[in-house]
Amino acid sequence: MKRLTIGVSPHIFSPVDTTYLMKSVIKALLPALAAGVYFFRWQAVGLVIASVSGCLLAEVLSRKLRKKPIEMGNYSSLLTGMLLAMILPPSLPLWMAFLGGVVAIALGREIFGGLGSNVFNPALLARAFLMAAFPVALTTWIRPITLDAVTTATPLGLAKFGGETPALGLLAWGRIGGCMGETSALALLAGIAYLLYVKVIDYRIPTAYLGTVMVFAGITRFISPAVYMGPMFHLLAGGLLLGAGFMATDPVTSPVTARGRWVFGVGCGLITMTIRLWGGLPEGVMYSILLMNAATPLINRMTRPKRYGTVKVEKSR
Amino acid sequence: MAKILTFKGGIHPDYRKEISMSEPVREVPLPERVVVPLSQHIGAPDIPVVNKGDVVSEGDVIGRSESFISALVHSPICGKVTDIKKAFHPSLGPSMSVFIERDEKAAPRRYEYKNDPASVSPEDIVEKVHLAGIVGMGGAAFPSHVKFSVPEGRSIDTLIANGAECEPYLTCDQVLMTRKTNEILSGIRLAEKVLRPERIFVAVEDNKKAAVFALEKAVKEMASGGARISVVTLKTKYPQGGEKQIIKALTGREVPPGKLPSDVGCMVHNVGTFNAIYEAVVMEKPLLERVVTVSGDCVSRPGNYTIRVGTLIEDLIELCGIKMTAEPRKILVGGPMMGIAQTGISVPVLKNTSGILFLSDKAAPLYDERQCIRCAKCVDVCPMRLFPTDMMRNVKKENWDNMEDLYISDCMECGSCTYICPARIPLVQYIKEGKAVVSRKKRS
Repeated sequence: MKRLTIGVSPHIFSPVDTTYLMKSVIKALLPALAAGVYFFRWQAVGLVIASVSGCLLAEVLSRKLRKKPIEMGNYSSLLTGMLLAMILPPSLPLWMAFLGGVVAIALGREIFGGLGSNVFNPALLARAFLMAAFPVALTTWIRPITLDAVTTATPLGLAKFGGETPALGLLAWGRIGGCMGETSALALLAGIAYLLYVKVIDYRIPTAYLGTVMVFAGITRFISPAVYMGPMFHLLAGGLLLGAGFMATDPVTSPVTARGRWVFGVGCGLITMTIRLWGGLPEGVMYSILLMNAATPLINRMTRPKRYGTVKVEKSR
Repeated sequence: MAKILTFKGGIHPDYRKEISMSEPVREVPLPERVVVPLSQHIGAPDIPVVNKGDVVSEGDVIGRSESFISALVHSPICGKVTDIKKAFHPSLGPSMSVFIERDEKAAPRRYEYKNDPASVSPEDIVEKVHLAGIVGMGGAAFPSHVKFSVPEGRSIDTLIANGAECEPYLTCDQVLMTRKTNEILSGIRLAEKVLRPERIFVAVEDNKKAAVFALEKAVKEMASGGARISVVTLKTKYPQGGEKQIIKALTGREVPPGKLPSDVGCMVHNVGTFNAIYEAVVMEKPLLERVVTVSGDCVSRPGNYTIRVGTLIEDLIELCGIKMTAEPRKILVGGPMMGIAQTGISVPVLKNTSGILFLSDKAAPLYDERQCIRCAKCVDVCPMRLFPTDMMRNVKKENWDNMEDLYISDCMECGSCTYICPARIPLVQYIKEGKAVVSRKKRS
């Protein structure tokens, strides 16, 4: 009893730490990543390697520059790199993916003060940067499996600019044009189900986001079925599931209040559908989440619960 | 059994109650010496009424105070006062204490059935509780007779016996509820005489089935008359036994900031306190011993022991026949969520000491603080609807003006936020610092 430790209570802790959270999200991404590799072969592997190395390099350099310890142990740069690779077109030149990785960590995270201080989702910010810098490369799509040099279109592109949209079964399986990790809806749903089951993500944001999109699509489809696609199509097509399950739920950039998470999800859904149906772009997931990221501090302030003991209790037992 | 009630928020720690749960309450030999602090209650410390060299008998008053919020302190053994000086107190640090060495020839006092609970007057009950020096035994140590004097214009419609015992490891209330069921219920009836509530709840978490069974059986067998006593099962969740949380779970009412439970018509006492009230009124026994859970992963004979107030931890180890099976890293007085880590083993058991835990590195690990990722788990679990992460950020930036907007004073330091934080940030520590600065600024 020579070395007794003191310290403020509590003295016991939950087994869940940051590393566990990050690892769980990485695990949950694996089915969709495997689908991406299956559909887009070496292109997919190359994207992941390029993007992750960009992220890790940026982390090391910016940490050195800021004279802060390097915290690779929490897997967050690896996760950002993986997510970024999955939201890039499979045919993207690898140096662009690498640059995207650098931007994600350096401008998306470290510039704000590092992990936990960034306003925007780093992977989405990097994608927005690449979209502005290389608009053609970011909107060129190749056919899955065959990887034909002939370009193809994403289902949302077909729906918007004319063309025959693929059947829902194909959307679920994922043999369609699109970003590397977003095409297989089933693989993404499996990952989301896992994250909900282990309680790594809160159900409110995905529920509100997906629910809003489906209700929105249901109403517009009902009003003019000739013009708009139905709710199932909007649920399975594009980057919605990847965005709603893995990016809108990023703890750093989403609201801290329970009510705020509902607001955040509904906002993402409304913006996504507005862009998809009436905007200049076929897909709106990226901008919807980035815009709601910007609104997060406001949402936090406006959804603060009432102070304990100052609410009128409706019915006292 | 009705629906299982609870509050919003809270955590589900590993309870580890099985370590000491099935053990009977063990009597231990009287200690050779005791160190009795004069501050064992919330309020002004007592003034010693004995001098060095005095001979005292078990149950003699050794400390009292003129102040309204205070409780008498009695000698827990027969013996001689060897010193009155500052000694280590488990939560206050050096604190004025009476040192007593036991007279081996003096026989311990015996307590017998003296007063018929049916015929004592309410005034008599409060007076006897006062004379017995009873304080809240669940941890808060608020003088019970003071609690009984409800402010003018308020009335208590709901009396609550708190048997939630939500702190991990602790089982002293649990064993008391199964062994002293009738005494507790009798104590409740005595409190009822004073307060005249419309209803009475005995609330127990649903991981203590035996206690619920014993209580329900005893209530059924009880003589009719008086307010209805309902044995209520609460969800096993920390901090279910917090005063505000148990009131919320049972009545739906929220105690306003800075107010007392009586402001919403409620009064809560720990089940152990009701047992002490019974003993004080019926047997005229002062509060000088209690059941303490001795547990943790470092002790050979974990269990629940009846221990005299003032027994030092170092003597208690011997009296209980406990061996250390591993090197303890932390010794806690209280539970692992709100208990206090001790610097040594020369600290005494107090009236409100529910447990003494010997924990290894493994059971009470130390972590380095990492970056907050704003996951808001702390916000989700806070039973007071506070924002621990925001308070922590403001304390770090020394942004004291924001603290009151965050209602920092509402924090009861239950520790749920620190427990759940995946970045291992000691949020309670930051909040305590913030509270101290805010109250200092208010005073100046």
